[in-house]
Amino acid sequence: MTSRLQAAFSAERASLVAYVMGGYPTREGSLAALHALADAGADVIELGIPYSDPLADGPVIREAADEARAAAGEAGFGLAETIDLAREFAEQRAAMPTGSPTPPFVLMGYLNPLMRMGLPKAAAAMREADVAGVIVPDLPPDMAGPWLAASAGIDTVFLAAPTSTPERLAKVGTMSGGFVYCVSSLGVTGERAELPPELADLVARVKASTELPVAVGFGVSTAAQAAAVAAVADGVVVGSAIVRRQRDADELRAFVAELAESVRSAR
Amino acid sequence: MFPSAENVYSGPDAAGFFGAYGGRFVPETVIPALEELTEAFEAALEDSEFTGELEDLRHDYIGRHTPMYRAKRLAEAVGLGAVYLKREDLCHTGAHKINNTIGQCLLAKRMGKKRVIAETGAGQHGVATATAATLMGLECAVFMGVEDIRRQSLNVYKMKLLGAEVIPVAEGTGTLADAVTAALRHWVERVDDTFYVLGSAVGPHPYPLMVREFQSVIGLEIIDQCGARGVDRLDAVVACVGGGSNAIGTFYPFVLGASVNGSGVLGRPLLVGAEAAGLGVDTDKTGASMTKGSPGVMHGFYSYLLQDDAGNPLEAYSISAGLDYPGVGPEHAHFKDEGLVRYEPVTDAEALAAFEQLTRTEGIIPAIESSHALALLPRLAAELGPDAVVVVTLSGRGDKDIDIVREAGLGVD
Repeated sequence: MTSRLQAAFSAERASLVAYVMGGYPTREGSLAALHALADAGADVIELGIPYSDPLADGPVIREAADEARAAAGEAGFGLAETIDLAREFAEQRAAMPTGSPTPPFVLMGYLNPLMRMGLPKAAAAMREADVAGVIVPDLPPDMAGPWLAASAGIDTVFLAAPTSTPERLAKVGTMSGGFVYCVSSLGVTGERAELPPELADLVARVKASTELPVAVGFGVSTAAQAAAVAAVADGVVVGSAIVRRQRDADELRAFVAELAESVRSAR
Repeated sequence: MFPSAENVYSGPDAAGFFGAYGGRFVPETVIPALEELTEAFEAALEDSEFTGELEDLRHDYIGRHTPMYRAKRLAEAVGLGAVYLKREDLCHTGAHKINNTIGQCLLAKRMGKKRVIAETGAGQHGVATATAATLMGLECAVFMGVEDIRRQSLNVYKMKLLGAEVIPVAEGTGTLADAVTAALRHWVERVDDTFYVLGSAVGPHPYPLMVREFQSVIGLEIIDQCGARGVDRLDAVVACVGGGSNAIGTFYPFVLGASVNGSGVLGRPLLVGAEAAGLGVDTDKTGASMTKGSPGVMHGFYSYLLQDDAGNPLEAYSISAGLDYPGVGPEHAHFKDEGLVRYEPVTDAEALAAFEQLTRTEGIIPAIESSHALALLPRLAAELGPDAVVVVTLSGRGDKDIDIVREAGLGVD
């Protein structure tokens, strides 16, 4: 069965997965950013959950998370607030004129806030907010049993890495939902001047291990890089380069529109 | 006094869990490296060439067996029948940390790695890693928080003398937890050529298991030494717990049901871990993750953790740079839940008093970490009576902490 998230990818062209940080620079600012992403043509929206120890993220996303948490005052901005943000966004899109694009949502965050809220409770809140999937970088498939048992109806997107063995790629490929997130290179998220030359080989290996679409992220930061990735993958994930423009809705909208155009016309 | 635990304890399971705790909660990028490490570690333990070389280095380089010293004046001062100090402070580089780094660097060399990284709080693990790396011809980089660099400048200098690169970590509070995050983050980037020498019984599987195996030499020697000197009764064994490496090495053989010469005369002593309460568990300046924390995931493992309502790890505080970590090794969490070990918080002030007491009664200047364990002795005297026999693991010596105790006003009239 094709999930809502999987349906956001097509065989004809690559899709743009655009990441913004929840609550950054403020709650209202991030809500405006979500609309900008949808209007500018993002096919999937990845919404970051601010966390104090984001092991897989580079400086841009770490600092945005810190600022989001600080801006919300004593209570902080965390998983509950991010789900609530997603819910409000979905409601606002539903109230808009027919034809307004509303891309499916993927929440990106770390495991401990999910555990702290309680896995069944977190999953129920996400379903209620129309969240299509989650990406949890510190939850490899081997450790995901309790979450998968609690999260029926929500796709869990697992990561494939350049270091993954064929056995692990097979596990990631069969256990993922929605799509497989292929990490372009070793290291944390963040903009890189160049993508690794062996990326096409890596994507081919990941594609061979799954029936799902394969989206590539980590380091993709310009329209030209996005086009190059779109030529070999089903999706392109852009995070830090978007978050860096998240304070200014107009600049953000223009940048995401440029990314979307280059991803779509890449092949 | 000790809960009956007739079943021989063993852990972790194949996925790295001690009961509910442990596991491998890290990005996919490093999972294959952890799998490779697990296999290499298990194979090394089966290989007499590896274990023989490790044994030789323990004896000739680290200086094992470390003595077990009967501290008569201290025993009298705290009101116990006998206090034995397991002298890990006499290890080469001044603390138990070298037991682990020699083991891990030997393993790194065996795996063909050319470069190791480590994180450090008080600097002891950094110095021990730099030392072992130098011995084995490995390149070494050590991540250390800027606040700890300030507090522990002597150890920073030693690491540099030993040829290691010290990488300052300015994120967060600039202490141990931030250094661990930075080291893990770096490892994700350089996993193809770098071996991460983790400094405590924490982190993703197999690290807690590996650190326990390399540190268990402490508890095994205590048992041997009790046998050799005719100590036929042991009421309690005490160690300090930050991440918990010296404590797991001390306790594990006893939890396994160890006995002197197989005769069982030692029975099962009360096992007590001293965790850092900082300014007190009723304040927010504390490092007592088991007394005040709750289960959660951080740095790749599931264990007791100081965290806020949203699940963000909290900053830990302790006067000791080696104990201000918001989590604790997963096997300790399991021991706590199963009642196999008792964990008690000790404040900065109690630790400083114990520091002064050992210094003035025995002429031994202990690390502030170890002073947390010593601070439990008067409590144990009140509980177990004036005839009780207690062993304390003196995890390290206090040279590195002299500036801190001087700032605290000790020894100044």
